Amino acid sequence: MIRVLLPAPLCELTGTEREVDLEVEAPATTARVLDALEARFPALRGTIREHGTKKRRAYVRFFACRRDLSHDDPDAPLPDEVASGREPFIVLGAMSGG
Amino acid sequence: MTSIRVLVGTRKGAFVLTADGQRKRWTIDGPHFAGWEVFHAKGSPADPDRIYLSQSSSWFGQLIQRSNDGGRSWEPVGNEFAYRGDTGTHQWYDGTPHPWEFARVWHLEPDRADPDTVFAGVEDAALFRSRDGGRSWEELSGLRTHDTGALWQPGAGGLCLHTILQDPRDADRLFVAVSSAGAFRSDDGGARWKPINRGLVSEQIPDPHAEIGHCVHRLAQHPTRPDTLFMQKHYDVMRSDDAGESWREVSGNLPSDFGFVIDVHAHEPETLYVVPIESDALHYAAEGRLRVFRSRTGGNEWEPLTQGLPQAHCYVNVLRDAMAVDRMDPCGVYFGTTGGDVYVSADAGDHWVAIANNLPAVLSVEVQTLP
Repeated sequence: MIRVLLPAPLCELTGTEREVDLEVEAPATTARVLDALEARFPALRGTIREHGTKKRRAYVRFFACRRDLSHDDPDAPLPDEVASGREPFIVLGAMSGG
Repeated sequence: MTSIRVLVGTRKGAFVLTADGQRKRWTIDGPHFAGWEVFHAKGSPADPDRIYLSQSSSWFGQLIQRSNDGGRSWEPVGNEFAYRGDTGTHQWYDGTPHPWEFARVWHLEPDRADPDTVFAGVEDAALFRSRDGGRSWEELSGLRTHDTGALWQPGAGGLCLHTILQDPRDADRLFVAVSSAGAFRSDDGGARWKPINRGLVSEQIPDPHAEIGHCVHRLAQHPTRPDTLFMQKHYDVMRSDDAGESWREVSGNLPSDFGFVIDVHAHEPETLYVVPIESDALHYAAEGRLRVFRSRTGGNEWEPLTQGLPQAHCYVNVLRDAMAVDRMDPCGVYFGTTGGDVYVSADAGDHWVAIANNLPAVLSVEVQTLP
């Protein structure tokens, strides 16, 4: 089971608390987590990654285990701590202010 | 008993304001989609409880929400806006070719007869249509691929298609406006398009009389005279009486002919409303006074409407989709400001009251007159 932590604006679309649990086929990868997330919550399609290209949206980041995974290969295995559910896979919006 | 529903889109969510036909006691419901930009929401003329809404953010992109119960509940529908075929390029701000890239939906125009058909005007400029209640979208690509498309350039707000009018006599006749390419008309349901900008004069472009390149801010049309169009251009208020084949200026005695909104009285096709804005550099109410100007002569002769509106130290803007009229008699006129106020006049503009204050900056206002 993978724990995914969503940014607050997307919880309006999922109707859930910020953390959701997903069953993801091993080996867990960023792409598989997002596939499972979008399958369970179709309203998220196009909000984290682009339709068609599946490219991560520019102002969205993926963190886990104190690392920025945003630029990693989306098909690379996630850290064991994420795959085992000990650590969450964090989806977040870039900081902005002003 | 007749009631009024006002759909307000703002920088940080949507609000639904309701009142009975007296238009005196208002209830505010919202924010819906708090924190998201709601560029526009509009109800179907054929089924007023069917409402389409554009929800977007720079972070998480575009969503389309649909309500089947007048805005009490919403469901996300399709949000994939894929340009058809080779996307090609338009001109970027510096004149270089730039690929067409979808950014957001500026305007949703439900079909006059079919609640499941709705048009979407998007940035970068293109027209999409859904025939299944918003679940899927197809581009009417004849507009974007018009011979002039490669020459279109964005205005400061982006290359946006912000106005869609469907002729009440002929559903296949469509008018759209793009900043800053100009106005276009299709007579075949959106397959082929022609620029309709003859008579527009824009000093901000190399050839002021060019076929395209004009920054049209808004078009308006009265349903009983669909060949008569009114336009608030970047500068100049314009009028056409031949479905856009030719235009003439009717700015007349306005204190500033720059502005964004323009609308027509529900029952008087020669009565118009605009809100003069100081200039393209300043983008606030002309002379720091929030005034609606009304013409009862189809333009040229304008009177300021000020009762109930701030007449000093007012530096808000009224954006292009942020004015609407109801179908009551006397006609109600509504507009929202970037300061987050929504005003209504229940007597065709003579007196104004704020029906909401201090909302997020208002992007759009639509009104439904419900039986």
